[in-house]
Amino acid sequence: MARLPVRKTYKLYVGGAFPRSESGRTYEAEGQNVARASRKDVRDAVRAARGAYPGWAGATAYNRGQVLYRLAEMMEARASDLAAVCSGPAEVEAAVDQVVWYAGWADKLPQVLGGTNPVAGPYFNFTIPEPTGVVALIAPDEPPLGGLVSRVAPAVVGGNAVVVVASELHPLAAIEFAECCATSDLPGGVVNVLTGLQGELAPVLAAHMDVNAIDLTGVEGDGAELERVAAENVKRVVRQADEQSPWEIAMFLELKTVWHPIGA
Amino acid sequence: MSDVAKRGTAVPAPLAWDYAPAPEARDIVSFEARYGLYIGGEVVEPRSGEWYSTISPATEEHLAEVATARTEDVDVAVQAARDAFENGWSSLRPGERAKYLFRIARILLERSREFAVAESLNSGKPIKESRDVDLPISAAHFFYYAGWADKLEYAFPNRSPRPLGVAGQIIPWNFPLLMLAWKIAPALACGNTVVLKPSHTTPLTALLFTDVCRQAGLPPGVVNIVTGDGRTGADLVRHPDVDKIAFTGSTEVGKDIQRAVAGTRKRLTLELGGKAANIVFDDAALDQAIEGIINGIYFNQGEVCCAGSRLLVQESIYEQVIAKLKRRMETLRVGDPLDKNTDVGAINSREQLERITELVASGEEEGAEIFQPSCALPERGFWFRPTVFTNVAQSYRIAQEEIFGPVLSVLTFRTPDEAVEKANNTAYGLSAGVWTEKGSRILWMAERLRAGVVWANTFNRFDPASPFGGYKESGFGREGGRHGLEAYLRFD
Repeated sequence: MARLPVRKTYKLYVGGAFPRSESGRTYEAEGQNVARASRKDVRDAVRAARGAYPGWAGATAYNRGQVLYRLAEMMEARASDLAAVCSGPAEVEAAVDQVVWYAGWADKLPQVLGGTNPVAGPYFNFTIPEPTGVVALIAPDEPPLGGLVSRVAPAVVGGNAVVVVASELHPLAAIEFAECCATSDLPGGVVNVLTGLQGELAPVLAAHMDVNAIDLTGVEGDGAELERVAAENVKRVVRQADEQSPWEIAMFLELKTVWHPIGA
Repeated sequence: MSDVAKRGTAVPAPLAWDYAPAPEARDIVSFEARYGLYIGGEVVEPRSGEWYSTISPATEEHLAEVATARTEDVDVAVQAARDAFENGWSSLRPGERAKYLFRIARILLERSREFAVAESLNSGKPIKESRDVDLPISAAHFFYYAGWADKLEYAFPNRSPRPLGVAGQIIPWNFPLLMLAWKIAPALACGNTVVLKPSHTTPLTALLFTDVCRQAGLPPGVVNIVTGDGRTGADLVRHPDVDKIAFTGSTEVGKDIQRAVAGTRKRLTLELGGKAANIVFDDAALDQAIEGIINGIYFNQGEVCCAGSRLLVQESIYEQVIAKLKRRMETLRVGDPLDKNTDVGAINSREQLERITELVASGEEEGAEIFQPSCALPERGFWFRPTVFTNVAQSYRIAQEEIFGPVLSVLTFRTPDEAVEKANNTAYGLSAGVWTEKGSRILWMAERLRAGVVWANTFNRFDPASPFGGYKESGFGREGGRHGLEAYLRFD
């Protein structure tokens, strides 16, 4: 007997699992029922990200790179599914290429962004980049997959854990991308995807005291109110995405400088 | 039996070591009776018509009358800076910009004794610190960034660095000239012009610096100095024609500034407060560590954002460290900032003294045990004894809040993990110190401490080549080094 297609409701991706919104709410986008996350889902997602952060940040750079290469492979394996929820195969291919490109940066960042500092005195002094912590990303609407990947990849490769608010208009690419994350070796909680209304979710993330940085690329309008509430814990605010580059990764990094005397 | 013990009382050791006064001559500095605003290369009367008196915190004597810039004055200063940016400075050959900065560095060195005395008079810091730290590092900053001015494309390969425009800079009172140098040197090297607001209580070295700009032949409007209080700073932050705000000061004001620039395209860097842990393991070279603890918290009366204000001592050496620390504190000389023997000078202002006093009272009230050496304090001026609190719980205000004074809170730990957890248990993340002879542990700790600067077996070291700045609520952006250039450049 042939199987009957059932119209299913898509879920959130939090801590490596696919829960429904605790509110039970959904909304319709791209002809599908999609979970409409609540502020409690935001709380859960931030908690999952914070929990995953030390392990991911503490993994070797080589390992983080390998895991992201694997993510690119998973995306490639699902290329046709991904193509169906974005502008097409070309967008998928570009997104896969971008994940590969950023994956390669994992073990090169300190060499490009850090260095030793020639201080005047008998001290060895060096500066290294480190992840900022938990990063909130508001994904842009366009392109549905490429826009999302262009924010997630640079934030994650540096060792951060992220909470992504999917495009309200095009959430299906984010949901499909979450499937790729779940089947890669990315530890649960490193990438968390919330679907729902940006106007509901972004302010909660911007004000959240356990979020260290927020990327407003996908925000409608000037984001002034989000920036204002972000000041409460001196969040790093990225107002607008730039081109693919290591500087995009640096947006989500801190710089640590270490001094030690030199002596016999 | 040791020789000393055998000698008994035959050769009595002196009971106290007294130091004869060794004051630095102050006649090398002559302040003008009144200082207007420095706008467009000229000293102008404030349109606000407001003036205030700036004093020496050590004696409360009046030093000079200083203008208060208000909205209109700030507007004129920003216009002057914009004008200088559009008409010459930003298009000047980078090598020429460098020459001005080299000149400023040379002149500062040449006049360093004068500046050091002025700094100690107006801020209350000991002359040996203004002479040996503030002045040489200020000049070094100008030297360092002068060299970058014509090498920016090598600092940022594959990007095209361009200046931002007009930078509004607001600096604190703890290192008045040094913070000016940290702000102005990279801004100018990158081709920006600046409007700088010194702290309300310490405007004098910034105003003397205008004379250095004149001597160096710096084009008018490239550097503008507007004095005043928080209102002046707020005017500068809100001015629509300012492209960048750089602020060093309290976390509270930093948050206000971040809110104020929200929704604008202004670039922002914040260097805010701290509550640094200075962590001493039981294998540390103890006498060096004691010196590091003393330097960490009593340098500049503890009025240092990166001060090592929380001492974390491994339990096994706790008694020993506290005994040595108290003994060392008894030898600190507190008094006249202009005396070359002085270790701890005056607190910068009455307000700051009140804040320290209030927090110290809260420490006693919450149950911590206080120790202060028996030093005599001058009668006039703002003074606070070097203070150490033991029996401190992490929840006490003195373990959580930035005191910005010579007050140390001591906590203990057993394992490296516990040290990391306690050190990171703060909203701040500016600096940290680690004392141990074990190299692998230093690197292990350095990896885990959430702070922008980690000093291992040293503390409170600064250098123009070394990036400085915080994690978490200690702010964002770096000052110093190649990274310090980024705050003053655009790449689009």
